[in-house]
Amino acid sequence: MDDLYREMILDHYRNPQKKQLVSPADIDYAEDNPLCGDFIHLTIQLDENKVVKDVGWEGNGCAISQASASMLYETLIGKTLDEIRSIGKDDILEMLGVPLGPVRLKCALLSLKVLKAGAYGLHAWPGEEDE
Amino acid sequence: MHTETLLDVATIRADFPILHQDVRPGVPLAYLDNAATSQKPLAVIDAMSDYYLRYNANVHRGIHKLSEEATVAYEGARKRIARFINAASWREIIYTRNTTESINLVAWSWARTNLKPGDVILSTEMEHHSNTVPWQMLAGQTGIEVHYVPVTDAGVLDMTAFDEMLDERVKLVTIMHTSNVLGAIQPVRQIADAAHSVGALILVDGAQSVPHMPVDVQALDCDFFVFSAHKMLGPTGIGILYGRQEILDAMPPFMGGGDMIKRVELSGSQWNDLPHKFEAGTPSIAEAIGFGAAVDYLTKIGMEHIHSHEVAVTAYALDRLAEVAGLRVLGPLKASERGGLVSMVMEDIHPHDIAEVLNHEGIAVRAGHHCAMPLHHRYNLTASTRASFYLYNTFEEIDRLIEGLYKVKEVLVL
Ligand SMILES: Cc1ncc(COP(=O)(O)O)c(C=O)c1O
Repeated sequence: MDDLYREMILDHYRNPQKKQLVSPADIDYAEDNPLCGDFIHLTIQLDENKVVKDVGWEGNGCAISQASASMLYETLIGKTLDEIRSIGKDDILEMLGVPLGPVRLKCALLSLKVLKAGAYGLHAWPGEEDE
Repeated sequence: MHTETLLDVATIRADFPILHQDVRPGVPLAYLDNAATSQKPLAVIDAMSDYYLRYNANVHRGIHKLSEEATVAYEGARKRIARFINAASWREIIYTRNTTESINLVAWSWARTNLKPGDVILSTEMEHHSNTVPWQMLAGQTGIEVHYVPVTDAGVLDMTAFDEMLDERVKLVTIMHTSNVLGAIQPVRQIADAAHSVGALILVDGAQSVPHMPVDVQALDCDFFVFSAHKMLGPTGIGILYGRQEILDAMPPFMGGGDMIKRVELSGSQWNDLPHKFEAGTPSIAEAIGFGAAVDYLTKIGMEHIHSHEVAVTAYALDRLAEVAGLRVLGPLKASERGGLVSMVMEDIHPHDIAEVLNHEGIAVRAGHHCAMPLHHRYNLTASTRASFYLYNTFEEIDRLIEGLYKVKEVLVL
Protein backbone atom coordinates (compact mmCIF):
# COMPACT_ATOMS: atom_id res chain seq x y z
CA MET A 1 0.00 0.00 0.00
CA ASP A 2 3.10 2.21 0.17
CA ASP A 3 2.68 3.83 -3.20
CA LEU A 4 -0.94 4.65 -2.42
CA TYR A 5 -0.98 6.15 1.03
CA ARG A 6 2.55 6.78 2.23
CA GLU A 7 3.15 6.07 5.88
CA MET A 8 3.51 9.78 6.51
CA ILE A 9 0.06 10.53 5.11
CA LEU A 10 -1.45 7.82 7.25
CA ASP A 11 0.39 9.14 10.30
CA HIS A 12 -1.05 12.59 9.82
CA TYR A 13 -4.47 11.14 9.08
CA ARG A 14 -4.43 9.05 12.26
CA ASN A 15 -2.73 11.68 14.44
CA PRO A 16 -3.52 15.05 12.95
CA GLN A 17 -1.34 17.92 14.17
CA LYS A 18 -2.75 21.21 15.47
CA LYS A 19 -6.27 19.92 15.12
CA GLN A 20 -7.87 22.31 17.57
CA LEU A 21 -9.10 25.79 16.76
CA VAL A 22 -7.24 28.73 18.35
CA SER A 23 -8.99 31.80 19.70
CA PRO A 24 -9.03 34.69 19.36
CA ALA A 25 -8.07 34.24 15.75
CA ASP A 26 -6.74 36.88 13.37
CA ILE A 27 -7.58 34.70 10.42
CA ASP A 28 -10.65 32.47 10.54
CA TYR A 29 -11.94 30.73 7.45
CA ALA A 30 -13.79 27.54 6.56
CA GLU A 31 -14.71 25.87 3.32
CA ASP A 32 -16.05 22.58 2.11
CA ASN A 33 -16.11 20.66 -1.08
CA PRO A 34 -19.80 19.84 -1.51
CA LEU A 35 -19.14 17.14 -4.07
CA CYS A 36 -17.21 14.88 -1.73
CA GLY A 37 -17.92 16.41 1.67
CA ASP A 38 -14.38 17.33 2.66
CA PHE A 39 -14.47 20.20 5.17
CA ILE A 40 -11.72 22.36 6.68
CA HIS A 41 -11.94 25.22 9.18
CA LEU A 42 -8.68 27.09 9.82
CA THR A 43 -7.79 29.64 12.51
CA ILE A 44 -4.48 31.57 12.72
CA GLN A 45 -3.04 33.90 15.35
CA LEU A 46 -0.50 36.50 14.19
CA ASP A 47 1.98 38.53 16.22
CA GLU A 48 2.53 42.28 15.76
CA ASN A 49 4.95 41.61 12.86
CA LYS A 50 2.40 39.51 10.95
CA VAL A 51 4.27 36.36 11.78
CA VAL A 52 2.17 33.25 12.50
CA LYS A 53 2.18 32.69 16.24
CA ASP A 54 -0.17 29.74 16.34
CA VAL A 55 -2.57 27.81 14.13
CA GLY A 56 -5.40 25.40 14.73
CA TRP A 57 -7.90 23.68 12.51
CA GLU A 58 -10.87 21.38 12.42
CA GLY A 59 -12.29 19.30 9.67
CA ASN A 60 -13.38 16.01 8.30
CA GLY A 61 -13.10 14.21 5.02
CA CYS A 62 -10.87 11.80 3.21
CA ALA A 63 -7.38 10.84 4.28
CA ILE A 64 -5.74 12.98 1.61
CA SER A 65 -7.60 16.18 2.52
CA GLN A 66 -7.11 15.74 6.25
CA ALA A 67 -3.46 14.70 6.05
CA SER A 68 -2.68 17.58 3.75
CA ALA A 69 -4.25 20.02 6.23
CA SER A 70 -2.28 18.53 9.12
CA MET A 71 1.01 18.58 7.21
CA LEU A 72 0.58 22.06 5.76
CA TYR A 73 -0.76 23.92 8.76
CA GLU A 74 1.88 22.54 11.09
CA THR A 75 4.58 24.23 9.00
CA LEU A 76 2.99 27.68 9.17
CA ILE A 77 4.18 28.63 12.65
CA GLY A 78 6.98 31.18 12.43
CA LYS A 79 6.25 32.09 8.82
CA THR A 80 5.31 35.61 7.69
CA LEU A 81 2.21 36.22 5.62
CA ASP A 82 4.48 36.96 2.67
CA GLU A 83 6.20 33.62 3.00
CA ILE A 84 2.84 31.92 3.12
CA ARG A 85 1.80 33.68 -0.07
CA SER A 86 4.49 31.86 -2.00
CA ILE A 87 3.28 28.38 -1.03
CA GLY A 88 1.84 26.79 -4.15
CA LYS A 89 0.17 23.68 -5.45
CA ASP A 90 3.50 22.03 -6.22
CA ASP A 91 4.61 22.42 -2.60
CA ILE A 92 1.55 20.49 -1.46
CA LEU A 93 2.07 17.74 -4.00
CA GLU A 94 5.70 17.42 -3.03
CA MET A 95 4.75 17.32 0.64
CA LEU A 96 2.23 14.51 0.03
CA GLY A 97 4.58 12.66 -2.27
CA VAL A 98 1.96 10.45 -3.94
CA PRO A 99 0.59 10.65 -7.47
CA LEU A 100 -2.95 12.06 -7.49
CA GLY A 101 -5.64 11.96 -10.16
CA PRO A 102 -7.76 15.03 -10.88
CA VAL A 103 -10.45 14.14 -8.34
CA ARG A 104 -8.04 13.58 -5.47
CA LEU A 105 -6.14 16.74 -6.41
CA LYS A 106 -9.13 18.75 -5.25
CA CYS A 107 -9.04 16.89 -1.92
CA ALA A 108 -5.30 17.52 -1.58
CA LEU A 109 -5.57 21.24 -2.33
CA LEU A 110 -8.53 22.11 -0.11
CA SER A 111 -6.19 22.93 2.80
CA LEU A 112 -4.21 25.35 0.64
CA LYS A 113 -7.37 26.90 -0.72
CA VAL A 114 -8.68 27.56 2.79
CA LEU A 115 -5.32 29.02 3.82
CA LYS A 116 -5.05 31.36 0.84
CA ALA A 117 -8.66 32.45 0.91
CA GLY A 118 -8.48 33.06 4.66
CA ALA A 119 -5.24 34.99 4.51
CA TYR A 120 -5.72 36.99 1.31
CA GLY A 121 -9.33 36.62 0.21
CA LEU A 122 -10.79 34.21 -2.33
CA HIS A 123 -9.38 36.12 -5.30
CA ALA A 124 -5.95 34.91 -4.24
CA TRP A 125 -7.00 31.42 -5.21
CA PRO A 126 -6.53 30.55 -8.87
CA GLY A 127 -9.68 29.62 -10.77
CA GLU A 128 -10.63 25.99 -11.36
CA GLU A 129 -9.08 26.02 -14.84
CA ASP A 130 -5.72 27.02 -13.44
CA GLU A 131 -5.57 24.40 -10.73
CA MET B 1 -19.09 -21.32 -0.72
CA HIS B 2 -20.08 -20.36 -4.25
CA THR B 3 -23.57 -20.64 -5.56
CA GLU B 4 -24.53 -21.78 -9.05
CA THR B 5 -26.62 -19.59 -11.33
CA LEU B 6 -28.34 -20.04 -14.65
CA LEU B 7 -25.83 -18.00 -16.57
CA ASP B 8 -22.70 -19.38 -18.15
CA VAL B 9 -20.62 -16.49 -16.88
CA ALA B 10 -17.31 -17.74 -18.30
CA THR B 11 -18.75 -17.79 -21.82
CA ILE B 12 -20.34 -14.39 -21.33
CA ARG B 13 -17.06 -12.92 -20.08
CA ALA B 14 -15.32 -14.07 -23.24
CA ASP B 15 -17.56 -11.60 -25.12
CA PHE B 16 -16.14 -8.69 -23.11
CA PRO B 17 -12.44 -8.25 -23.90
CA ILE B 18 -12.13 -5.25 -21.58
CA LEU B 19 -12.74 -7.45 -18.52
CA HIS B 20 -9.58 -9.43 -19.16
CA GLN B 21 -6.96 -6.99 -17.98
CA ASP B 22 -4.75 -6.32 -14.99
CA VAL B 23 -5.14 -3.03 -13.17
CA ARG B 24 -1.52 -3.43 -12.13
CA PRO B 25 0.76 -6.39 -12.74
CA GLY B 26 -0.84 -9.52 -11.31
CA VAL B 27 -3.98 -7.76 -10.10
CA PRO B 28 -6.93 -8.44 -12.43
CA LEU B 29 -9.77 -5.98 -12.89
CA ALA B 30 -13.02 -6.63 -11.05
CA TYR B 31 -15.47 -4.21 -12.63
CA LEU B 32 -18.18 -3.44 -10.08
CA ASP B 33 -19.28 -0.03 -11.37
CA ASN B 34 -22.04 -1.14 -13.71
CA ALA B 35 -24.63 1.26 -12.36
CA ALA B 36 -22.46 4.10 -13.67
CA THR B 37 -21.98 2.45 -17.03
CA SER B 38 -21.76 -1.13 -18.23
CA GLN B 39 -19.10 -2.69 -20.42
CA LYS B 40 -19.83 -3.48 -24.07
CA PRO B 41 -19.70 -6.93 -25.68
CA LEU B 42 -17.93 -7.50 -29.00
CA ALA B 43 -21.33 -7.85 -30.68
CA VAL B 44 -22.05 -4.19 -29.93
CA ILE B 45 -18.60 -2.91 -30.83
CA ASP B 46 -18.68 -4.91 -34.06
CA ALA B 47 -22.15 -3.69 -35.03
CA MET B 48 -20.98 -0.10 -34.67
CA SER B 49 -17.74 -0.54 -36.51
CA ASP B 50 -19.52 -2.51 -39.23
CA TYR B 51 -21.73 0.51 -39.84
CA TYR B 52 -18.71 2.79 -40.17
CA LEU B 53 -16.75 0.26 -42.25
CA ARG B 54 -19.50 -0.81 -44.65
CA TYR B 55 -22.54 1.45 -44.82
CA ASN B 56 -21.93 4.79 -43.12
CA ALA B 57 -24.48 7.25 -44.52
CA ASN B 58 -27.11 9.63 -43.23
CA VAL B 59 -30.55 8.20 -42.50
CA HIS B 60 -33.97 9.09 -43.91
CA ARG B 61 -32.41 11.21 -46.64
CA GLY B 62 -30.56 9.40 -49.34
CA ILE B 63 -31.95 7.27 -52.10
CA HIS B 64 -28.62 5.54 -52.46
CA LYS B 65 -27.75 2.08 -51.23
CA LEU B 66 -25.71 3.02 -48.19
CA SER B 67 -28.32 5.42 -46.90
CA GLU B 68 -31.05 2.85 -47.33
CA GLU B 69 -29.02 0.26 -45.48
CA ALA B 70 -28.25 2.71 -42.67
CA THR B 71 -31.93 3.68 -42.39
CA VAL B 72 -33.02 0.05 -42.20
CA ALA B 73 -30.47 -0.69 -39.46
CA TYR B 74 -31.32 2.47 -37.53
CA GLU B 75 -35.07 1.90 -37.68
CA GLY B 76 -34.68 -1.85 -37.15
CA ALA B 77 -32.96 -1.17 -33.83
CA ARG B 78 -35.91 0.98 -32.79
CA LYS B 79 -38.33 -1.87 -33.48
CA ARG B 80 -36.28 -4.32 -31.43
CA ILE B 81 -36.02 -1.84 -28.57
CA ALA B 82 -39.80 -1.39 -28.72
CA ARG B 83 -40.27 -5.16 -28.43
CA PHE B 84 -37.70 -5.36 -25.64
CA ILE B 85 -39.88 -3.22 -23.36
CA ASN B 86 -43.13 -4.37 -24.99
CA ALA B 87 -44.20 -0.97 -26.32
CA ALA B 88 -47.43 -1.14 -28.30
CA SER B 89 -45.74 0.47 -31.31
CA TRP B 90 -42.25 1.46 -32.49
CA ARG B 91 -43.68 4.96 -32.92
CA GLU B 92 -43.64 5.27 -29.15
CA ILE B 93 -39.85 4.89 -29.02
CA ILE B 94 -38.06 8.24 -29.28
CA TYR B 95 -34.28 8.24 -29.56
CA THR B 96 -32.64 10.77 -27.25
CA ARG B 97 -29.09 11.18 -25.94
CA ASN B 98 -29.75 9.53 -22.58
CA THR B 99 -32.15 9.27 -19.65
CA THR B 100 -31.43 12.86 -18.72
CA GLU B 101 -32.41 14.22 -22.12
CA SER B 102 -35.54 12.08 -22.16
CA ILE B 103 -36.71 13.61 -18.88
CA ASN B 104 -35.86 17.12 -20.05
CA LEU B 105 -37.85 16.48 -23.22
CA VAL B 106 -40.94 15.65 -21.16
CA ALA B 107 -40.37 18.67 -18.90
CA TRP B 108 -40.07 21.04 -21.85
CA SER B 109 -42.54 19.65 -24.27
CA TRP B 110 -45.24 18.03 -22.14
CA ALA B 111 -45.12 19.82 -18.77
CA ARG B 112 -44.62 23.32 -20.11
CA THR B 113 -47.65 23.08 -22.37
CA ASN B 114 -49.99 21.09 -20.14
CA LEU B 115 -49.39 22.40 -16.63
CA LYS B 116 -50.28 25.72 -15.07
CA PRO B 117 -49.16 27.56 -11.94
CA GLY B 118 -50.30 25.71 -8.82
CA ASP B 119 -50.22 22.29 -10.49
CA VAL B 120 -48.04 19.76 -8.69
CA ILE B 121 -45.37 17.38 -9.93
CA LEU B 122 -44.89 14.61 -7.40
CA SER B 123 -41.33 13.34 -7.25
CA THR B 124 -39.38 11.60 -4.49
CA GLU B 125 -36.42 12.18 -2.20
CA MET B 126 -34.48 9.35 -3.78
CA GLU B 127 -34.38 10.51 -7.40
CA HIS B 128 -31.23 10.85 -9.46
CA HIS B 129 -30.46 14.52 -10.12
CA SER B 130 -31.65 13.99 -13.69
CA ASN B 131 -35.17 13.47 -12.31
CA THR B 132 -34.98 16.36 -9.85
CA VAL B 133 -33.25 19.27 -11.53
CA PRO B 134 -35.36 19.49 -14.73
CA TRP B 135 -38.49 19.78 -12.59
CA GLN B 136 -36.86 22.34 -10.31
CA MET B 137 -35.94 24.40 -13.36
CA LEU B 138 -39.47 24.13 -14.66
CA ALA B 139 -40.94 25.12 -11.31
CA GLY B 140 -38.61 28.10 -11.05
CA GLN B 141 -39.90 29.44 -14.35
CA THR B 142 -43.58 28.57 -14.30
CA GLY B 143 -45.02 28.53 -10.78
CA ILE B 144 -45.60 24.79 -11.04
CA GLU B 145 -44.83 23.11 -7.70
CA VAL B 146 -42.64 20.06 -7.11
CA HIS B 147 -43.29 17.95 -4.03
CA TYR B 148 -41.04 15.14 -2.86
CA VAL B 149 -42.29 11.88 -1.34
CA PRO B 150 -39.94 10.93 1.53
CA VAL B 151 -38.06 7.69 1.98
CA THR B 152 -38.24 5.68 5.19
CA ASP B 153 -35.37 4.98 7.57
CA ALA B 154 -35.34 1.46 6.15
CA GLY B 155 -34.45 2.86 2.74
CA VAL B 156 -37.67 2.42 0.78
CA LEU B 157 -40.26 4.83 -0.54
CA ASP B 158 -42.77 5.90 2.12
CA MET B 159 -45.97 4.66 0.49
CA THR B 160 -48.18 6.04 3.26
CA ALA B 161 -46.76 9.49 2.61
CA PHE B 162 -47.20 8.94 -1.13
CA ASP B 163 -50.89 8.20 -0.68
CA GLU B 164 -51.30 11.31 1.44
CA MET B 165 -49.44 13.57 -0.97
CA LEU B 166 -51.31 12.36 -4.05
CA ASP B 167 -54.31 14.57 -4.70
CA GLU B 168 -56.14 16.22 -7.58
CA ARG B 169 -53.49 18.94 -7.88
CA VAL B 170 -50.89 16.36 -8.90
CA LYS B 171 -50.57 16.21 -12.69
CA LEU B 172 -47.44 14.09 -12.97
CA VAL B 173 -45.82 11.48 -10.74
CA THR B 174 -42.16 11.08 -11.65
CA ILE B 175 -40.28 8.28 -9.98
CA MET B 176 -37.35 5.93 -10.40
CA HIS B 177 -37.99 2.22 -10.96
CA THR B 178 -34.82 0.89 -9.29
CA SER B 179 -32.88 3.25 -7.03
CA ASN B 180 -29.26 3.72 -8.09
CA VAL B 181 -28.24 4.12 -4.43
CA LEU B 182 -30.66 2.14 -2.28
CA GLY B 183 -31.24 -0.61 -4.81
CA ALA B 184 -34.92 -0.53 -3.83
CA ILE B 185 -37.38 -1.45 -6.59
CA GLN B 186 -40.50 0.70 -6.50
CA PRO B 187 -43.99 -0.83 -6.92
CA VAL B 188 -44.47 1.00 -10.20
CA ARG B 189 -47.75 -0.58 -11.22
CA GLN B 190 -49.35 0.29 -7.88
CA ILE B 191 -48.03 3.85 -8.15
CA ALA B 192 -49.25 4.14 -11.75
CA ASP B 193 -52.74 3.03 -10.76
CA ALA B 194 -52.81 5.55 -7.93
CA ALA B 195 -51.55 8.35 -10.19
CA HIS B 196 -54.15 7.57 -12.86
CA SER B 197 -56.91 7.51 -10.26
CA VAL B 198 -56.37 11.25 -9.64
CA GLY B 199 -55.93 12.00 -13.33
CA ALA B 200 -52.14 12.32 -13.20
CA LEU B 201 -49.64 10.81 -15.62
CA ILE B 202 -46.62 8.81 -14.50
CA LEU B 203 -43.02 9.01 -15.72
CA VAL B 204 -40.75 6.14 -14.73
CA ASP B 205 -36.96 6.48 -14.72
CA GLY B 206 -35.92 2.99 -15.78
CA ALA B 207 -32.19 3.70 -16.10
CA GLN B 208 -31.39 1.08 -13.44
CA SER B 209 -34.23 -1.36 -14.12
CA VAL B 210 -34.38 -2.08 -17.86
CA PRO B 211 -30.74 -3.25 -17.96
CA HIS B 212 -31.32 -5.79 -15.21
CA MET B 213 -34.80 -7.27 -15.32
CA PRO B 214 -37.70 -7.87 -17.70
CA VAL B 215 -39.70 -4.68 -18.17
CA ASP B 216 -43.09 -4.44 -19.84
CA VAL B 217 -44.20 -0.82 -20.13
CA GLN B 218 -47.78 -1.82 -20.90
CA ALA B 219 -48.03 -4.11 -17.90
CA LEU B 220 -46.59 -1.31 -15.74
CA ASP B 221 -49.14 1.03 -17.31
CA CYS B 222 -46.72 3.95 -17.35
CA ASP B 223 -47.18 6.98 -19.58
CA PHE B 224 -43.49 7.81 -19.99
CA PHE B 225 -40.57 5.47 -19.45
CA VAL B 226 -36.93 6.56 -19.88
CA PHE B 227 -33.55 4.82 -19.98
CA SER B 228 -29.99 4.94 -21.36
CA ALA B 229 -28.21 2.47 -23.66
CA HIS B 230 -24.84 2.79 -21.96
CA LYS B 231 -26.01 1.10 -18.77
CA MET B 232 -27.27 -1.94 -20.71
CA LEU B 233 -24.27 -3.00 -22.80
CA GLY B 234 -24.88 -0.30 -25.43
CA PRO B 235 -22.89 2.79 -26.33
CA THR B 236 -23.03 6.24 -24.75
CA GLY B 237 -24.87 9.01 -26.57
CA ILE B 238 -28.19 7.24 -27.01
CA GLY B 239 -31.19 6.79 -24.78
CA ILE B 240 -34.92 6.28 -25.06
CA LEU B 241 -38.06 8.15 -24.26
CA TYR B 242 -41.03 5.80 -24.41
CA GLY B 243 -44.36 7.58 -24.32
CA ARG B 244 -47.94 6.47 -24.92
CA GLN B 245 -48.77 7.35 -28.48
CA GLU B 246 -51.76 9.58 -27.85
CA ILE B 247 -49.75 11.61 -25.35
CA LEU B 248 -46.74 12.00 -27.64
CA ASP B 249 -49.03 12.88 -30.52
CA ALA B 250 -50.50 15.78 -28.57
CA MET B 251 -47.11 17.14 -27.49
CA PRO B 252 -45.31 19.91 -29.38
CA PRO B 253 -41.80 19.15 -30.69
CA PHE B 254 -38.82 19.63 -28.38
CA MET B 255 -36.19 20.91 -30.83
CA GLY B 256 -36.69 22.21 -34.34
CA GLY B 257 -34.68 21.35 -37.40
CA GLY B 258 -34.27 18.73 -40.09
CA ASP B 259 -36.09 15.37 -39.91
CA MET B 260 -38.75 16.57 -37.47
CA ILE B 261 -40.85 18.31 -40.12
CA LYS B 262 -43.07 17.20 -42.99
CA ARG B 263 -43.17 20.49 -44.77
CA VAL B 264 -41.50 23.82 -44.15
CA GLU B 265 -42.72 27.14 -45.52
CA LEU B 266 -41.31 30.44 -44.39
CA SER B 267 -44.76 31.18 -43.00
CA GLY B 268 -44.69 28.04 -40.82
CA SER B 269 -44.00 24.33 -40.68
CA GLN B 270 -45.87 21.11 -40.29
CA TRP B 271 -44.49 18.57 -37.84
CA ASN B 272 -43.45 15.09 -38.85
CA ASP B 273 -45.17 11.95 -37.52
CA LEU B 274 -43.96 10.06 -34.46
CA PRO B 275 -41.27 9.32 -33.57
CA HIS B 276 -39.48 11.68 -35.96
CA LYS B 277 -41.28 14.74 -34.60
CA PHE B 278 -38.96 14.55 -31.60
CA GLU B 279 -35.76 13.72 -33.46
CA ALA B 280 -34.43 16.93 -34.97
CA GLY B 281 -31.19 16.79 -36.91
CA THR B 282 -28.87 13.93 -37.79
CA PRO B 283 -29.21 11.40 -34.98
CA SER B 284 -26.65 9.10 -33.32
CA ILE B 285 -26.82 6.45 -36.03
CA ALA B 286 -23.97 4.13 -35.04
CA GLU B 287 -25.13 4.39 -31.44
CA ALA B 288 -28.69 3.37 -32.30
CA ILE B 289 -27.35 0.40 -34.24
CA GLY B 290 -25.09 -0.50 -31.31
CA PHE B 291 -28.07 -0.21 -28.98
CA GLY B 292 -30.00 -2.63 -31.18
CA ALA B 293 -27.11 -5.11 -30.95
CA ALA B 294 -27.06 -4.72 -27.15
CA VAL B 295 -30.77 -5.47 -26.93
CA ASP B 296 -30.28 -8.53 -29.15
CA TYR B 297 -27.48 -9.74 -26.89
CA LEU B 298 -29.55 -9.29 -23.73
CA THR B 299 -32.57 -10.92 -25.35
CA LYS B 300 -30.54 -13.93 -26.42
CA ILE B 301 -29.31 -14.50 -22.87
CA GLY B 302 -32.71 -13.72 -21.42
CA MET B 303 -33.61 -10.97 -18.98
CA GLU B 304 -35.12 -13.48 -16.55
CA HIS B 305 -31.79 -15.28 -16.35
CA ILE B 306 -29.82 -12.06 -15.99
CA HIS B 307 -32.12 -10.94 -13.22
CA SER B 308 -31.88 -14.17 -11.27
CA HIS B 309 -28.09 -14.20 -11.65
CA GLU B 310 -27.94 -10.69 -10.20
CA VAL B 311 -30.27 -11.57 -7.34
CA ALA B 312 -27.98 -14.50 -6.48
CA VAL B 313 -24.82 -12.37 -6.68
CA THR B 314 -26.44 -9.60 -4.64
CA ALA B 315 -27.69 -12.03 -2.00
CA TYR B 316 -24.19 -13.44 -1.71
CA ALA B 317 -22.73 -9.92 -1.48
CA LEU B 318 -25.23 -8.92 1.23
CA ASP B 319 -24.39 -12.05 3.24
CA ARG B 320 -20.69 -11.47 3.06
CA LEU B 321 -20.92 -7.72 3.70
CA ALA B 322 -22.81 -8.49 6.90
CA GLU B 323 -19.60 -10.15 8.16
CA VAL B 324 -17.63 -6.91 7.94
CA ALA B 325 -17.86 -5.16 11.30
CA GLY B 326 -18.61 -1.45 11.14
CA LEU B 327 -20.02 -1.64 7.65
CA ARG B 328 -23.59 -0.55 6.96
CA VAL B 329 -25.55 -1.27 3.80
CA LEU B 330 -28.05 1.33 2.58
CA GLY B 331 -31.53 0.30 1.46
CA PRO B 332 -33.52 -2.90 1.88
CA LEU B 333 -31.54 -5.92 3.05
CA LYS B 334 -33.34 -8.61 1.04
CA ALA B 335 -31.79 -9.30 -2.36
CA SER B 336 -35.19 -10.18 -3.83
CA GLU B 337 -36.41 -6.63 -3.10
CA ARG B 338 -33.58 -4.86 -4.84
CA GLY B 339 -31.55 -4.42 -7.96
CA GLY B 340 -28.01 -5.70 -8.36
CA LEU B 341 -26.18 -2.98 -6.51
CA VAL B 342 -25.11 -2.33 -2.94
CA SER B 343 -24.18 1.05 -1.46
CA MET B 344 -22.38 1.07 1.85
CA VAL B 345 -20.78 3.24 4.48
CA MET B 346 -17.98 2.14 6.77
CA GLU B 347 -17.41 3.77 10.15
CA ASP B 348 -15.73 7.15 9.61
CA ILE B 349 -13.83 6.15 6.52
CA HIS B 350 -14.41 8.47 3.61
CA PRO B 351 -15.75 6.71 0.50
CA HIS B 352 -12.92 8.20 -1.58
CA ASP B 353 -10.43 6.37 0.59
CA ILE B 354 -12.39 3.13 0.34
CA ALA B 355 -12.52 3.39 -3.44
CA GLU B 356 -8.84 4.25 -3.61
CA VAL B 357 -7.77 1.21 -1.60
CA LEU B 358 -10.16 -1.04 -3.54
CA ASN B 359 -8.78 0.34 -6.80
CA HIS B 360 -5.35 -0.69 -5.61
CA GLU B 361 -6.75 -4.22 -5.31
CA GLY B 362 -8.12 -4.05 -8.84
CA ILE B 363 -11.73 -3.46 -7.80
CA ALA B 364 -13.63 -0.68 -9.55
CA VAL B 365 -16.44 0.78 -7.43
CA ARG B 366 -17.99 4.21 -7.31
CA ALA B 367 -17.55 6.60 -4.37
CA GLY B 368 -19.57 9.78 -4.04
CA HIS B 369 -23.16 10.92 -3.91
CA HIS B 370 -24.08 9.06 -7.12
CA CYS B 371 -26.03 12.10 -8.35
CA ALA B 372 -28.39 11.75 -5.40
CA MET B 373 -27.32 14.47 -2.99
CA PRO B 374 -30.77 15.00 -1.41
CA LEU B 375 -31.00 11.28 -0.64
CA HIS B 376 -27.58 11.22 1.00
CA HIS B 377 -28.45 14.29 3.05
CA ARG B 378 -31.67 12.57 4.12
CA TYR B 379 -29.49 9.92 5.75
CA ASN B 380 -26.97 12.47 7.07
CA LEU B 381 -24.33 11.28 4.64
CA THR B 382 -22.26 13.19 2.13
CA ALA B 383 -21.25 10.14 0.16
CA SER B 384 -21.27 6.38 -0.01
CA THR B 385 -19.41 3.59 -1.76
CA ARG B 386 -21.34 1.57 -4.33
CA ALA B 387 -20.61 -1.83 -5.85
CA SER B 388 -22.91 -2.65 -8.75
CA PHE B 389 -23.18 -5.92 -10.62
CA TYR B 390 -24.09 -7.24 -14.02
CA LEU B 391 -24.38 -10.47 -15.96
CA TYR B 392 -20.61 -10.93 -16.18
CA ASN B 393 -19.82 -10.52 -12.48
CA THR B 394 -18.81 -13.56 -10.45
CA PHE B 395 -19.05 -14.74 -6.87
CA GLU B 396 -15.29 -14.69 -6.77
CA GLU B 397 -15.35 -10.96 -7.49
CA ILE B 398 -17.57 -10.52 -4.45
CA ASP B 399 -14.99 -12.41 -2.39
CA ARG B 400 -12.34 -10.03 -3.67
CA LEU B 401 -14.54 -7.06 -2.74
CA ILE B 402 -14.81 -8.36 0.81
CA GLU B 403 -11.06 -8.96 1.06
CA GLY B 404 -10.55 -5.44 -0.27
CA LEU B 405 -12.82 -4.02 2.40
CA TYR B 406 -10.80 -5.79 5.09
CA LYS B 407 -7.73 -4.18 3.57
CA VAL B 408 -9.46 -0.80 3.82
CA LYS B 409 -9.98 -1.35 7.52
CA GLU B 410 -6.40 -2.44 8.01
CA VAL B 411 -5.04 0.68 6.31
CA LEU B 412 -7.52 3.31 7.42
CA VAL B 413 -9.27 2.42 10.64
CA LEU B 414 -7.82 4.66 13.32
C1 LIG C 1 -31.58 6.03 -11.78
C2 LIG C 1 -30.84 6.87 -12.76
N1 LIG C 1 -31.49 7.80 -13.45
C3 LIG C 1 -30.86 8.55 -14.36
C4 LIG C 1 -29.53 8.40 -14.64
C5 LIG C 1 -28.90 9.30 -15.65
O1 LIG C 1 -28.53 8.61 -16.78
P1 LIG C 1 -27.78 9.37 -17.94
O2 LIG C 1 -26.58 10.01 -17.29
O3 LIG C 1 -27.41 8.30 -18.89
O4 LIG C 1 -28.69 10.38 -18.50
C6 LIG C 1 -28.81 7.42 -13.94
C7 LIG C 1 -27.39 7.16 -14.16
O5 LIG C 1 -26.48 7.91 -14.03
C8 LIG C 1 -29.48 6.66 -12.97
O6 LIG C 1 -28.83 5.73 -12.25
